[in-house]
Amino acid sequence: MKTTRKILSMLMALTMIVALAAIGGTAYADGAIKIGGTGPLTGGAAIYGNAVKNAAQIAVDEINAQGGLQFELRYEDDQHDAEKAVNAYNTLKDWGMQISLSSVTSKPAEATSVEAYTDRVFSITPSASSTATTEGKDNVYQMCFIDPAQGTMAAQTIAAKGFGSKIAVIWKNDDVYSSGIHETFVAEAAEQGLEIVSDTTFADGNNTDFSVQIADAQSKGADLVFLPMYYDAASLILTQADNVGYYPAWFGVDGMDGILSLEGFDTDLAEGVYLLTPFNAWATDERTAAFVAKYQELYNEVPNQFAADAYDCVYAFAQACEAAGVSADMSREEICEAMIAQFSTMSFDGLTGSGATWDVETGRVTKEPIVVIITDGIYVTVD
Amino acid sequence: MSFLNYLISGISLGSIYAIIALGYTMVYGIAKMLNFAHGDVIMVGAYVCFFAAAKYNLPPAIGILAAVLVCTTLGIVIEKLAYKPLRQATSLAVLITAIGVSYFLQNAALLLWSSSPKVFPNFFAQQTVNEAGKKIKITGFQLFGGQLRISYVTLVTIAACLVIMAALLLFINHTKLGKAMRACSEDKGAAQLMGINVDATISLTFAIGSGLAAVAGVLLCSAYPTLVPTTGSMPGIKAFTAAVFGGIGSIPGALLGGLLLGVIEIMAKAYISTQMSDAVVFLVLIVVLLVKPAGLLGKKVREKV
Amino acid sequence: MKLNNTKRKNLLTYAVVTVCYAVFQMLSLGGNLSSTLKGMLVPICAYVVMAISLNLTVGVLGELSLGHAGFMSVGAFMGVTAAISLQNVIVSAPLRLAIALIVGAVFAGIVGFLVGIPVLRLNGDYLAIVTLAFGEIIKSVFNNLYLGLDSRGFRLSLLEDRTNLHEDGRLIIAGPMGIGGIEKIASFTAGFVLILICLAVIFHLVNSRHGRAIMAIRDNRIAAESVGLPVTRYKMMAFVTSAAMAGAAGALFALNYSTVVANKFDFNTSILVLVFVVFGGLGNMLGSIIAAATLTILPEALRGFSNYRMLIYAIVLVLVMLASNNEQLRSMLSRIIPKRKEHTHDA
Repeated sequence: MKTTRKILSMLMALTMIVALAAIGGTAYADGAIKIGGTGPLTGGAAIYGNAVKNAAQIAVDEINAQGGLQFELRYEDDQHDAEKAVNAYNTLKDWGMQISLSSVTSKPAEATSVEAYTDRVFSITPSASSTATTEGKDNVYQMCFIDPAQGTMAAQTIAAKGFGSKIAVIWKNDDVYSSGIHETFVAEAAEQGLEIVSDTTFADGNNTDFSVQIADAQSKGADLVFLPMYYDAASLILTQADNVGYYPAWFGVDGMDGILSLEGFDTDLAEGVYLLTPFNAWATDERTAAFVAKYQELYNEVPNQFAADAYDCVYAFAQACEAAGVSADMSREEICEAMIAQFSTMSFDGLTGSGATWDVETGRVTKEPIVVIITDGIYVTVD
Repeated sequence: MSFLNYLISGISLGSIYAIIALGYTMVYGIAKMLNFAHGDVIMVGAYVCFFAAAKYNLPPAIGILAAVLVCTTLGIVIEKLAYKPLRQATSLAVLITAIGVSYFLQNAALLLWSSSPKVFPNFFAQQTVNEAGKKIKITGFQLFGGQLRISYVTLVTIAACLVIMAALLLFINHTKLGKAMRACSEDKGAAQLMGINVDATISLTFAIGSGLAAVAGVLLCSAYPTLVPTTGSMPGIKAFTAAVFGGIGSIPGALLGGLLLGVIEIMAKAYISTQMSDAVVFLVLIVVLLVKPAGLLGKKVREKV
Repeated sequence: MKLNNTKRKNLLTYAVVTVCYAVFQMLSLGGNLSSTLKGMLVPICAYVVMAISLNLTVGVLGELSLGHAGFMSVGAFMGVTAAISLQNVIVSAPLRLAIALIVGAVFAGIVGFLVGIPVLRLNGDYLAIVTLAFGEIIKSVFNNLYLGLDSRGFRLSLLEDRTNLHEDGRLIIAGPMGIGGIEKIASFTAGFVLILICLAVIFHLVNSRHGRAIMAIRDNRIAAESVGLPVTRYKMMAFVTSAAMAGAAGALFALNYSTVVANKFDFNTSILVLVFVVFGGLGNMLGSIIAAATLTILPEALRGFSNYRMLIYAIVLVLVMLASNNEQLRSMLSRIIPKRKEHTHDA
């Protein structure tokens, strides 16, 4: 027993030394502006983090290839956890990050944006959609719609277009994103005269079997099921509803984007699903087509809105940096002030909408959402 | 009628828990260790079958066989490399090693197969053409004019569960190797003195447990077809709970515990609250263990002074 | 004064903690510490307290607990609630922090007592699974709990927000969204003080009559029972102390971040803390402290390996477990160590 302890303590001491030695290393200057971001690159939410990282890299490479403005991108893993996100953020700070893509998911972004606010690092998050991410921070902006706005827009769209009148909602009750949308959706649905007949949830621990939720919606005669969740869970619901022969109208929000690129997914099941999304990978404009082709070539899948928003973030940086004459030798505080001045006035055309502007007070984006319906395995815009 | 539908969903979910729990229970009964990596072996099995069937278009039977072979080998290798050197160590040391192996498998899967979810093919669906000439899949059948639905996956899962349990009971109670296993679980030292190769017996247990994990993985993903590197971890914990519920170490106990856990989970969702269903499941578990401290079918071990 | 072995070991533990604190505090004040390490000082303190408190349950009491993060959760939510409620009443941040830690500890202690009543009647793996179950239940409850404060006092509701707060009210715990907008008042010094207090409590307990009784129960429950020790009472004493410390750790941890959610304190966190305890050695508090600090820093230090980071972490975990239990390595080391001692004598 004693020797065990001795070996252990020696090993411990060794690891400690290696660990301490490996941490650290401060900024060095070269010609590129350093962009950092944190996201879940491993663990259960890794699909979103990797989509953002990949797309941001494509944008950076494209901008660098044009000559002129140069960016350097570094992504650190936060495993969808606020504590690790702050660690990741600090690692990036040590690296010399000058502007930030904040965090990919909401709770980590809430934690890192507070740090970015104190450190005066200008941040724009591609996908962290909770209101608390930007609230009270003048240098934190969002590229995606906030959760409450998505809930409201979804209810309004359903009512205006008459997609359904008896509504069922299935949401994830240990998730900030899902519960945020659910809350305002229910409130707005009441305003719009939509009747919510079934309101059921799931959580991380029981995200496989949806038979009860589906049966509840079916037995109460819901003609539309609203799914404020990410596409992996949504694909399970569609499959299980098909098993019991339940075919209502389905309505998803931006997290549902990506469902068609699921490997092995029978896209027939998603036929007729409505989506409120800022991005349509099948749009025929030149920029979208080029981006989608590039992404497919490099990563072998169709990019989703996470990817598109990240791509836009980097281009928005580029636009603002060029307009403000930001260079790599400026401090992060100087860059921060210059970027705030730009973002509060500029209008940006990206893959996820043209003429996007930002609200100075809240850091929220204003752009037009589109409603698409999945037809023959692709998105078709609903007018 | 909805009650019956819920019951069927519960039994279907419970059968999967039961098959996973069988693996847990066997390993626990013989090696006296909680193999927390069991859930991740399930995930590996599911991936192997997915690639065989969906990528290389092999027939489902070959896919399942490949999964069983890979997982059995994996189980033996893990046992040899990570658990065998710790035979004399405390059970906690083995537990932590098992957790390390679990992290390893999850992260290796992430690197090998990426984080993008894979949708598992449904082997148990019939392809037909409906009146309109459109290709459709029939995934189950209906009774009582469509009020009661049973999917083929559910039937296969329940059948597989019963067959596996019967086979295991036969094997353990009526073969020489089974007898060796029982001897090892009673007293390793005495078993060794009787000329039983304890190491080989433990390896065999891991091989069987991991083979079962592969079958469980295929069934799990056939019923709930989203496959990611963390697919196995939550069902793994639930199945571990189920094994304790039924009395860990007991094979019929694992079956009973798994089925009950599945049914309680679905019923809690249906009749109490979808939000609190996990809390209800665990509350029932606590109550059961207070009334029967060794699980439903567990042996009460007399403590000797 | 002649010190016995235990006392010397305890003093060594205090000394190591104090020296570490002094070194890191000086580095930090001098601006020589990287942001990464600086940002990890408070969470390391919280994990250290978690590890030594769990070591009390696992190492000293000898019962495997898989739900320790549940108590951390109770402490985190209640501690932060206290800190937020007192924001306008108490101006001094350290005082508010102290109150938050105490509130966290008290609530976790109460929950520990309630959980202990059924749990401590069981043994071995059955006890372990019930602690796991309680951990999951606590997580589930906080995921569905809404707690607000307005002029009428605290308003509580479960499952959905029915608090109906007045205009001046603030929803503190918002179900799945947890608590947001937390003022970060946790500090390294507070963490250091908390570690010292917990160590003092544990050492005092272990070296007292009660502590010897607890260890007697661990080593042979039936023998202890037969000499008339009130087994359940002593078990409860250790369990509640351990839970209360975890609660304080939770409050410290949560007050270091602007946001906290129930899912943070899940089964994986319980397991992580258990790994610290086993790595450091059962009953060995100094070991727990070193293990908690090292294993918290390790994944950050491995960032250089990017995608392979967590894979390497897993391999290190398994290898350390194998190496520390390896017979050959052990006998080799026991041969080397006396030799080295002779060598130093010669020189």
